[in-house]
Amino acid sequence: MQDALFYLFAFLTLVFGFLVVANPFSRNPVTSAMFLVLAIISLAGLFVLLHAFFLAAVQVLVYAGAVIVLFLFVIMLLDLKAEEQRKLKAAGVAGGVLAAGALLAIFLASLWAASRDPAAAGGADAPVLEGGTRALAKLLFTQYLLPFELVSVLLLVGMVGVVLLSKKDLK
Amino acid sequence: MNIGLEHYLAVSMLLFCLGLLGVIARRNLLIIYMSLELMLNAANLALVACSRFTHNLDGQVFVFFIITVAAAEVAVGLALIVALYRKRQTAHVEDLTLLKL
Repeated sequence: MQDALFYLFAFLTLVFGFLVVANPFSRNPVTSAMFLVLAIISLAGLFVLLHAFFLAAVQVLVYAGAVIVLFLFVIMLLDLKAEEQRKLKAAGVAGGVLAAGALLAIFLASLWAASRDPAAAGGADAPVLEGGTRALAKLLFTQYLLPFELVSVLLLVGMVGVVLLSKKDLK
Repeated sequence: MNIGLEHYLAVSMLLFCLGLLGVIARRNLLIIYMSLELMLNAANLALVACSRFTHNLDGQVFVFFIITVAAAEVAVGLALIVALYRKRQTAHVEDLTLLKL
């Protein structure tokens, strides 16, 4: 059952991810944003399969809820009608495929080499670690308290930066 | 066959490469930005999978911080794109040749 769900969610994530990057039917950024929502929700399914329940919820709330809405607002503001007619440069596509393919080859070769190493095998049959809210919060508010506070400062800095950037007369 | 760490890592790598392809091949700033988000999510998946299979919650805390930083990054980046669009009336990387000699 779990194996079937893994293959289902992995397949959906990769298909939707591909449709974000290269949709053969539409070059509209809105379509890409919608497929990004679907890819992120399938990724949250993978997180649930990994017993990271809190992160799955946060993923849906923050990405599908906040980030995509922000994207859609900006797309709406910019009115990118003229952009749709543009052709993709063949050199750019070829370079992208080459770079991504080379990186993928390196990744898969390293993965294959690591999976043949008998010392790295096993681990899945050990007791499952639950990534629920309680366990994560305990770690977050004890060992990782300082980074947690620093992240709040970072969010404040980001907010001030956005307000400054969106002023009318940007110098 | 049991689903192991390798399966999750393979999905994460494929997703990362898809994001890289989008960043290099696409010319629309917004779609480049969405591909960046895809790459960040691939890294998140790898971290959560490693955290699950090494029995250590630190990876999940790290992903929590990554999601927070990514949200701040998206806000600032989109504000930059809007400011750029106001000045140059374009969100297309080929029109942004100010630094070209």
